[in-house]
Amino acid sequence: MAALINVPATAKRGDVIEIKTLMSHIMETGFRHTVTGAAIPRDIITDFSCRYNGVEVFRAELFPAFSANPFITFFTVATESGVFEFRWSGDNGFYEAVTANIVVT
Amino acid sequence: MSHRQSSRRQFIGHASALGVVALISARPARATPAAMKTAINDVVKGAPVRAGRVKLDIPPLVENGNTVPLTVSVDSPMTAEQHVVSIHIFNEKNPQPNVGNFYLGPRAGRAQVATRMRLADTQTITAIAKLSDGSFWSATTDVIVTLAACTEEAY
Repeated sequence: MAALINVPATAKRGDVIEIKTLMSHIMETGFRHTVTGAAIPRDIITDFSCRYNGVEVFRAELFPAFSANPFITFFTVATESGVFEFRWSGDNGFYEAVTANIVVT
Repeated sequence: MSHRQSSRRQFIGHASALGVVALISARPARATPAAMKTAINDVVKGAPVRAGRVKLDIPPLVENGNTVPLTVSVDSPMTAEQHVVSIHIFNEKNPQPNVGNFYLGPRAGRAQVATRMRLADTQTITAIAKLSDGSFWSATTDVIVTLAACTEEAY
């Protein structure tokens, strides 16, 4: 699984920074059928969270109406240098975690 | 003779039972405006929802319902006293009324979230924001979808 994360490498203290995240995932809705009529079971990411130096600053609950390869952008205030940790979890035991560093001056 | 009658009754009984099953299974698997209302009430729990303060940006005409970009922003100073707690997106014609729930806080700095969603049909999208004072604000946008999501067959 591949994740694309866009976090600014540096920021000034107090800046509002934009964070863009994309996780590659089929996001199978569970509402589709094969040509033979069999239902395709649901397989989606259900939860996403972003921790900034261990403190959760953003969280999302995803539903089948999310597009494949869920793309989420949001904002946070750059308070201190450290690590962003992004976590995705979902059906069939799906779990991915990615980190990104930021230097705050 | 009596045997034939009973088998005919059995046949009618089976046929009507089949008819009921057919009626149930013929109901389309999609959310209705009523289902969306229920989903919204699960979030607001009876509190009044006022229009305003929320801005919902979606292209008015989308070609591909599989990836519809949307941006929700809420007019809020995002301080510890006054901030957006959560943003909820609802649709009225997908199989499920929910699209996504986003939980923010004063550390967000700006109450804005962007993502991409699937739309099964031309419909109205509703965004609801919960503020730290407990009030709910909403915005709605109509979207025309030319190629719907969810309808294609997989292989």
